[in-house]
Parts: sequence; structure tokens; C-alpha cells
Amino acid sequence: MARNKEAVVLVIDVGPSMHSVLPEIEKVCSLLIQKKLVFSRYDEVGFVLFGTADTKNELKEEIGGYEHVTVLRNIKVVDEDLVDALQKLPRGSVPGDFLDAIVVGTDMLIKYGQTNKAKRRLCLITNAVSRIKDPFEGTKEDQVNTIATQMTAQGIKMDCVIVRMKQDRETNRSIMEENDFLMSVFSNKSSSKVVYVESPTSLLGALRTRNISPVTIYRGDLEISAQLKIKVWVYKKTSEEKFPTLKKYSERTPSTDKFGAHDIKVEYENKIIEDPNKVVPPEQRIKGFQYGPQVVPISSAELEAVKFKPEKSVKILGFTDSSNIMRHYYLKDVNIFIAEPGNKNAILALSALARAMKEMNKVAIVRCVWRQGQGNVVVGVLTPNVSDKDNTPDSFYFNILPFAEDVRDFQFPSFSNLPSSMQPNEKQQDAADKLVQMLDLAPPGKQEVLPPDFTPNPVLERYYRYLNLKSKHPDAAVPPLDETLRKITEPDVELLSQNKSIIEELRRSFELKDNPKLKKSARRIKERSSGSDEEREVFNKDADVKAIDSMKFSAKTEVEKVGDVNPVKDFEEMLSRRDNPKWISKAIQDMKNRIFDLVENSCDGDTFHKALQCLVALRKGCILEQEPKQFNDFLCHLSKFCQEKDLRSFCLYLTSHEITLITKAEAPDSEISEHEARSFMVKPELDSQNMKSEAKAEDDIMSIYLGGK
Amino acid sequence: MSMDLDPDEVFRDDEDDPENEFFKERDNTKEFLVYLVDASPKMFSSTCPTDDEKIATHFQVAISSIAQSLRTQIINRSYDEVSICFFNTRGKKNLQDLSGVYVFNVREREDLDRPTARLIKEFDQIEERFEKEIGSKYGIVPGSRDNSLYNALWVAQALLRKGSAKTADKRILLLTNEDDPFGNLKGVIKVDMMRTTMQRAKDAQDLGITIELLPLSRPDDEFNVSLFYADLLGLEGDDLAQFKALIGERFEDLNDQLRKRMFKKRRVRRLRLVIFNGLSIELNTYALIRPTNPGTITWLDSMTNLPLKTERTFICADTAAIVQEPLKRFQSYKNENVIFSVDELSEVKRVSTGHLRLLGFKPLSCLKDYHNLKPATFVFPSDEEVVGSTCLFVALHRSMLRLKRFAVAFYGNSSHPQLVALVAQDEVMTPSGQVEPPGMHLIYLPYSDDIRHVEELHTDPNSVPHATDDQIKKASALVRRIDLKDFSVWQFANPALQRHYAVLQALALDEDEMPEIKDETLPDEEGMARPGIVKALEEFKLSVYGENYKEEDSDIEGKAAPTRKRKANAIKEYGNYEWADLADNGKLKDMTVVELKYYLGAHDLPVSGKKEALISRILTHMGK
Repeated sequence: MARNKEAVVLVIDVGPSMHSVLPEIEKVCSLLIQKKLVFSRYDEVGFVLFGTADTKNELKEEIGGYEHVTVLRNIKVVDEDLVDALQKLPRGSVPGDFLDAIVVGTDMLIKYGQTNKAKRRLCLITNAVSRIKDPFEGTKEDQVNTIATQMTAQGIKMDCVIVRMKQDRETNRSIMEENDFLMSVFSNKSSSKVVYVESPTSLLGALRTRNISPVTIYRGDLEISAQLKIKVWVYKKTSEEKFPTLKKYSERTPSTDKFGAHDIKVEYENKIIEDPNKVVPPEQRIKGFQYGPQVVPISSAELEAVKFKPEKSVKILGFTDSSNIMRHYYLKDVNIFIAEPGNKNAILALSALARAMKEMNKVAIVRCVWRQGQGNVVVGVLTPNVSDKDNTPDSFYFNILPFAEDVRDFQFPSFSNLPSSMQPNEKQQDAADKLVQMLDLAPPGKQEVLPPDFTPNPVLERYYRYLNLKSKHPDAAVPPLDETLRKITEPDVELLSQNKSIIEELRRSFELKDNPKLKKSARRIKERSSGSDEEREVFNKDADVKAIDSMKFSAKTEVEKVGDVNPVKDFEEMLSRRDNPKWISKAIQDMKNRIFDLVENSCDGDTFHKALQCLVALRKGCILEQEPKQFNDFLCHLSKFCQEKDLRSFCLYLTSHEITLITKAEAPDSEISEHEARSFMVKPELDSQNMKSEAKAEDDIMSIYLGGK
Repeated sequence: MSMDLDPDEVFRDDEDDPENEFFKERDNTKEFLVYLVDASPKMFSSTCPTDDEKIATHFQVAISSIAQSLRTQIINRSYDEVSICFFNTRGKKNLQDLSGVYVFNVREREDLDRPTARLIKEFDQIEERFEKEIGSKYGIVPGSRDNSLYNALWVAQALLRKGSAKTADKRILLLTNEDDPFGNLKGVIKVDMMRTTMQRAKDAQDLGITIELLPLSRPDDEFNVSLFYADLLGLEGDDLAQFKALIGERFEDLNDQLRKRMFKKRRVRRLRLVIFNGLSIELNTYALIRPTNPGTITWLDSMTNLPLKTERTFICADTAAIVQEPLKRFQSYKNENVIFSVDELSEVKRVSTGHLRLLGFKPLSCLKDYHNLKPATFVFPSDEEVVGSTCLFVALHRSMLRLKRFAVAFYGNSSHPQLVALVAQDEVMTPSGQVEPPGMHLIYLPYSDDIRHVEELHTDPNSVPHATDDQIKKASALVRRIDLKDFSVWQFANPALQRHYAVLQALALDEDEMPEIKDETLPDEEGMARPGIVKALEEFKLSVYGENYKEEDSDIEGKAAPTRKRKANAIKEYGNYEWADLADNGKLKDMTVVELKYYLGAHDLPVSGKKEALISRILTHMGK
């Protein structure tokens, strides 16, 4: 059926020394099956345990031996039972012989291959700390060579995950060394990959759970000059595995409709913004590109005619010191350049270049057009990837570099010019040094913690586990992140406790405190804020930060906010402060808040007079400071607010005192004509028609109140 | 344009995260900018050499930098508004009718407005037109009370009266090479004129306008900011010490420095780095490197060129009922639909708090070249909320540089939680200024799910060849020969983008001729033909390929093979149809797309598009 169909035999060591990691193995294996159920439902999986007390396999029946290897399931199409079975692996009682198990698994794949066509893979998970039985004839190495040859001949691949936790490393070293040697023979003599992991988290990432067959994005020449072209294939080396796109679920499908798909169709209609009744069919659309204030329409045909059309090619522009290319210039996901397979000269040429460049610390700059008809070029850097294995060719990683247009030259202060309070002293520097040295995720002699190559995406892990849970219990809540995955998102408790003294020293050496002024004002806002609108709080907080910034420059006695007692005076004083322009906006904002409070908290209009005084002062201030929009927006909002909150009496009060919008005549920035201002006064129940400048959505009103954006 | 707008959605996750919207809100204000360019005779008499062995004046440096910034701005920040204003001019043009000040503008544009295609085009020609239309003349001379600098500040301030100081950053960028503008005056008049000018500047600053000075200077005649401008700008103490004149011997250096200082830096967001529980520092993030794309597409109605909006309607496929945007999603799994609410899905993604949590440190060698997915983000400390952040950051920064280690942290961003590497970057200074700012780069690391093991596909159990020492030696010689010594990543302009914008500009101005754009990314073929390089190439070739290197036909095994086969098949099948008859009787539409492609394939015509397109292509080819 599917072109990339795969048959996998999972061969799992369940011997006593493996028991502690079996929970993680259960997770990673069931995830493998789950992903197959979602992405490749025709793949087939078989499932072999070793280290079991019992024995059950065809080889035992056919030729004897192969004890303690149990075939739990022959190779067949994936199904949900398999997920369940893998989540409850039986614990074995006998040290496992992985070589026997490999033979059993390989045998299954060979027999399967006689009648089926699919890629065949064997996945072995073991700690490889138990002794392998001596063969009847020849050495163990001979035996491995035979198996490896057989696998190669059959085109069977093998992924071995060797799990070595702390306790495993203390067992018999000579056995371990022998086993590791045998594994290396597999890895060199067949298409086998052997990876070692030392933590449950890495175990989850070590087994490839989704089978994506890589496709080349380019096959052709890597040109050094017109005279020298090397045949290469280019693939993606990294590509983000995205969160699955789920379909939208329709609840309209009647529950009686058992075959209802519950799908939602999304239809798109294009309407002219100015005339929403007019629907434009898709083929009548034309692309418009923004250029300054203009939108320039260009038809596809025009675009095709004028666009940049480079020739398909990959050309080396030259070589340069690797220090010229900083790591943070790498722009996107990474490609890999490998010589055309089977082309010995190309493999050698690439190998020679890679090794020379590595020795000399050089990188190559290349210009790439992957496809004919591609409308752009990329310039990138090739860095050598020299292989330490005989059976793997040397290759290059390729990273895209930015163009001139992509780089922003922001300037930042030099650290050496910072004020001395921001410069660490000797003691502080020492504490930081110790932390950087000791909070070590790659301790010598041990495996790197959280290496990207073995670290699974915790969100995807969590999603698939939840998917499986929900398929059984539709109402289940999202379970908390389990401990193994928390190792990715949180610091390792053990590592922290090992470095307790260093951490304490760092804590003592550096005094970090929340900006005290900030704290106070944030609290003040909280007390004052009447609504629960978070956004308002945030804004006010932000505004206060700015205000506090400016306080540094001013004497304490000066007015910093519009108070309750004498708001008009406070407001005017703040406006007249010339030490920082921020005061003006702060004053206006404060005054608006004050007026709102007054109106809202009024009892039979007792505060109306005071509010009016404030409003008059605000109006005057906004004219002086050329901020007419601030006032006009505010007045509209206030008026609307009063309509809604049944405070119409205040509107009437304002009208009777002839408070109007600020007109163009009073302030040139105003968009309000004399006439509009008058009609506002006459007809306080303004509707959006009158306010063409503010005929926006309802939610804009809040933002107007918040800051007159 | 076939360039993807944002193929990797790098802009989506970080910058459109609604949860953090408010962090950047304040930074998203517009900018109103007045370029105040000194056009005195001194700007024309001070010169510096250029790369192509010509002489450029300081005036040329100034206008060429402004022209460049206008181009960048119209692409990246086209909502900002600018005005270009010359002072010390012979002619005058300004609303206040003040002498010695000339506001440059083009039609259909206010004096302070968004840059337009016409502005860019006409400003490019300013140099030729300048002497005739505007003219250069000292505006502060003995025996006169005229004060061109005072006038210029006044005009600039008046231009910036537009809009509120809260919604816009207002800046004046003053470009001059005269450090002592009142130097030729004496006595009371001098004192008085200096005082009024400073008062004018202070008034502008009080209104929320920032005045920045970009002084041009020569190595032998350094710009002395203390003479006058320190007082005008209110520079004191540290600020004064840090203030540096732009000094450069060469045009390119000056140009480069000017360009860097013209842009204001904008923070993307504020972040907390949790060192461990109870100890966290505050960081600001900046997007220093992001791919620039051809800008947003606005769909228009081709009949009227009016902008369109797209409306979505959700329809239940089973009942055809129109529904609200549903809040549930499903995935089919084990032959059934597993349903999730939107909230549950966001809960699944919430694997950490929104902060950056430090996990530990690793040697730089652990960061491989393939550990990359998207552009890095720059982080710089801030004491605004957490006092002491900068000090701890600087300490860690120094340790990490000295010990050659990077930090690993988990970035619990709600839409895209990710492991990141924090790589310390030391400040890099050149005589022309800061090239790399000090701070850390946040590099997004791939998970194992994102890494592909391509090398394994190319393993060969019979071991593949690796190069011999001699071959490596020959390769080294070649690498040494083709060395790009001063390579810097930003030396190439993106030819596709340049082309795109040149076309836009031409179309915006209704020009018929499409401009040619130089593709700077092409290899230097002349250089490659130098005898030394050719010799090194030949020796390398001989060493790897032996005597008989020949051009291998790249397409035999490649993608072209199926194409060729397809073509052969098309030719074979083509003969089975009476094409002319079918076309004449209108029967083409009854044929299948596969059949239609036989015709196209046999005639080497493109086979892409919908059926109608294929038919019309066939008819065109037949001449019908």
C-alpha cells in the first residue's frame, strides 16, 4: 500500500537489570506505535522480549536454543491492542542475551520479507550488561559478523539503544566492554546505528518514533568553478516537527448520525472593505504590495514577467575563516550536503575539502538556487562534518546567512562603560565563575545532559499520551507533566543539591530586588483600580514605570500625581513641569482617572461640580499641550459611559455648562469642526455617526480611556 | 512573487504572541523623524576618499546615508514619518518663512509624512539639483543677527508638532561637521545668539522631542563636542564621555556609522531569566537578525483596485449548517475521533511558565552547527524592574566567555516552548564603531524529533572512501587560494528583494522601464580565472579525479530522469490522438488532464495549471 511502508520488530530486554527503566521503555515504544496509528497506519510491527523466564519463538522450535526469548506478537499491522500491550511489559527474571534476541528478530524480518515488500527495521533496547553465550563454533565476533552480513544482504536496518543508568555502570566492566565491542561490529559492518543513553529523558528521545523518509531538495553540481563541479545531494538536516494540525469539530452533527464526519468546512469570501455587500470571486483578485503609503497592484503575469529569475545552481563563492561567521547568524533550519551516492570521485572530493577546511578552520560561502524557477537566491555557509566512521561519508552542514536587509545594527552600551554599581566585583565574579563551571550539563566522563539529538519535544510527548488517554476516557483532564519530561523544562533537582553551596554563595553575592518604587505604585494602582480589567492595570503600571524613571531627575517635593484633594492644582503643576515631557501624559492620564472616579462615585451629583472643574482644567491643558484628541476622545467616552451607567444627569450638567469638544480653531491637530463641536453639545447622546474620527469598534473605547492611542 | 511570505513562520510565534502583546505595546509607537542636514559650504569642502578612488564630500556622506535609511524604512517601517530639512542654504522654503532653512519635499506628500516612492526617487537626484535649486550659504555670519541653526531647530520643532508625544517618538537628527557654529562671532552678539539657540533646543526637548547629533569629522580635525553641542544637547558626565564623533577617513566608514546610528532600537519583549527559584534577572530581547520579506500582500479587486477583506464562514459538513467558529478540535485515532477543547490543547502546550529557566551550562563544543531552527534573538539586561539584573548578567557573561561555555535554558513561551542555548557575545569594536554588541544570543535548539539522520542513508557497509593526505593537501592549497578575507555576512543585498522593491518603485511612479538590479551574490569569475587559482584547481582535480575528469551529466540519475521518461511516454501517446480535430470540434474539454498533458509534454510546453489553462495553452500553441 503506502510507498514508505515499514515493518519493525521491537526487541526489548526485560531482564532484572532493566526493570528500573522499563516504564520509560513502555512510554517510548507505545509512542512509536501511536505515531504509526496516526501517521502510517499500514506499517507492521512485531514485538519480542528477552530475559523472560519463558521461551517462545520459532527458531527454538526449528533448531533449538534461543531460550528466554519470547515473541509476544508476530509482525502485523499496527493496532490499538499493541499500544496497551506495550504499556504493560512483563518483567523478566533472567539476564538477557541480546545476540539471541537479534537473531530471533532478524529471522522474523527475513521470513516476513519473503512475502511482503516493506522497509525492514529492528529496534533493540537493552543495557547490554549481561554476558553473551559462547557460540558452538567460532568466536562471538564471528557470529556477529555472520548476522551483520545476513542483515546487510537482506537490507535490514537495526537501531540499538543501549541504556546505561548509573547502577549499570558499576556492573562487570569486562562484560560491558565485550558487549560494546560486539555492538561496534554491528555498527561498522551493517546498517546499524548504536546509541548509548544514560538518562530516562534521553531514552525517550533516542528511539526514532516517527519515520520520515528524507527527500533531497537539490541534486546536482556543487560548483567551485566552471572547471570543477562536484556532484552532491542536499537534504534537510533539521526541520521542525510541528504540533499536529487538528480538524475543527462540528457539534451540529446529530448524535443519531453514527457516520457523521463532524467535519467543518471553512468557506472564504472576499469582500470590498468599503462596500461589504460586494463579493469578489477569487480569480478577480489581484495582489497589492505595500510601498510606503501606496499599495501597488501587480498581477501574477506581471509579477512573473519582472521577477528575479536566477538559474538553478549551487556555487561556492569562496572560503573564509570560521571566526568570520558567528553562530548567531545562522538563520533557519539546517541542510546537509552529501556527495552523490556511489560516485567515488565526488565522495573523495567532498571528503578532501571537508578535511582540509576542518584542519584550517575554514568555512565555505555558497550561493544556492535549489530549483529552476525559484524566485530568490540564498547565501549560506558550509561547515565541514567529518565522519569518524568508516562506513559514513564526510559531508557538510549548510546554514543560511542573512542578507544586508536582514540585519539591524542596533547599538548597545559597552559593559565596561556601565556605572560601577552594575559592574560585578571580584567576589561576585568568582561566584558567577563557579556557577558556570559547576552547574555542568556536560560533565567529563559522563554523557551530556539534554543533548538536542536525544531530547524529545515534551509538548508532542504530552500530546500523544493525552490522545491515547482521551481515546479511552474522553473526559480525562490533561495530566501533569511527568518527572522524566520535567527534566527538560526544569533544572535537575539533584544537580542543584550537589551545588548547594555555590548557589547559596551566588545568592549572597548578588543583591537582586524588585524596583521598590515600582512595587509601591503597582500596589497603589491595585487599590485604586475599580474594574477587574487587567489591561488597565498593566497600562497604569507601565505608565508609572515611566513616571518613576523621570523621578530620578526631579526633586521629591514636586507634584507627581493628581491627588484627591486639589486635583486641578496638581494637574496644572504637573503640566508646568519641564524636567521631563512624560509628566504631561501622566498628568492627563491621572486627570482622566480622577474625573472618572468622581463621576462614578457621585451620589446625587454631589461631585459633579468638582468633576466639571477638573474637566475644564483638562480641556485647557489639552489645548495648551496640543493634545486635543486626548480630550475629545475622553469626552466622548465619558459621555457614552454616562449614558450606559445611567448617569445622564452628568451629561446634562456638562451641556448646561457648555463643555464642548476642542475644535480645529482652538487646536490645529483637532479633527472636529466648529459645527461638530456644537452639535455634540446640543445632542449629548452622540452616536457613532457624529464621531467619524472615532467610528471604530466598541473595544477601542477602552483603549481610548486607557491612553488615547 | 514566488518567495514565501514567511515560509518558516519565524515571525508568528514570537512576535504575535497575544499573551505578551502588552510588553511591546509601548515600543510599537510610530516615529516622527526630522533629518536636519547642514548644507554649509564647509560640508562641501570637507572630503574623504571612497572605495572606488573618488572623493566624497561630507554632504554626500550625509545624503547618501539618508537615502539608504529611507529605503530601509519604506520596507521595514513604512508607518514612520520623516522630513528632510537642510539649513545654511541660500534658498528658503518653510512654513515659517525663516531664512537659511529649506524643507525638501515632493508632491502628494506633507512635509512630515510617510516616505513615498517619489520622495526616494527625487532625493536620489538631490545632489545634481542642489546647487541650482537650494544652494549652500553660511547662515551665521558676523554683522548679521541671522541664525540659521536657531531657525532650523524652530522649523524642525514646528514640523514635529503633529501628533501626540505619547503615540509617537519624535526625533531630530542633526548632521553637521561644524563643531563651533558661532565661532566666527564675537562679544555680546555671540553670547546672545548661543543662548537663544540653546533655549530653542531646550524648548524642543521639553516638548518631548529628542535631538541627536551625528557629527561628521575628519581624523586630522576632530569634532569637539564640548565647544557648543554638549550644552545644546544637555550632555554631562558619563554621557559626554561616551559621546563619540563619527570619525572616519573613508566615505564607507562614515556612511556605515551614520546608517547604524540613524535607527532607534526597539525591544521585542521583556523576559525573566530564572537562575534558580527565588533568583531571577530581567532581560530585554531584540530581533537583530530577521529575514526581510517582500511585505504584506493586500488583496485588491482587480476591477477597482479597492482593498478586500476575507470573511470566513464555518459550515458543518454533515448538516450544511452555518456555525460559529468551533471551540473543539479532533484527531482521528484508532478509527474514532478524539475530541479536544481549545483550552485542553493550550494546556498541553503549557509545559512551563512563560519565563526562561536556566538548566545549566555546557562547553561551546556541544553546540553543533546543525542545532538551529530559526533566527537567534538577542538579549540584553535591564534594571528597570529588577534592580541588580545587569550586574549578575555581566558577571555570567564574563564567566561564560572566559570558560567558553554556553547556558542551556528552557523558554516556556506558551505558543512554542523550546530549549534554547544562550551564547555570550563579547563586544566587537572596529575603528568605525560597534560591530557586535555585548550580550547574549538566544539560539533555539531542535529536539530529537526535529533532527534527521540523513548521513545514515548514505552509509555503506563496505565502507566509503575518505580522502588521502595528498588529496587533503591539494584541497588545502585550493581553500587558501580562494580566500574571502574580509567577508562579512551583511555584504550582500538580497537580489530578489532589491528587484522586487525596484519594480514596486517603478510601478508606484508609473514608469515604463523596469530597472536592472545587480546581483552581488554571483561568484567573482574574473578572480577565479587567475592563474594561481586555476593551477590549484587543476592540481586538486588531478589528485581526486585522476587524468580524466569530465563533466558528468548531472541529470542522468537526478530528477531529470523521470522527466525524460515522461517526455518519451508523451511522445509515444501523442500520436494516438487527432489533435487538430479534437481542437476544432471543441472536444479538448472532454479529455482528461493526463491526456492533455501528452500534447503539452510532446511539445515541451509547461504542464502545470488547471484544465482550462492546459486547454488554452494547447490552443495557443496550435495557433487557434
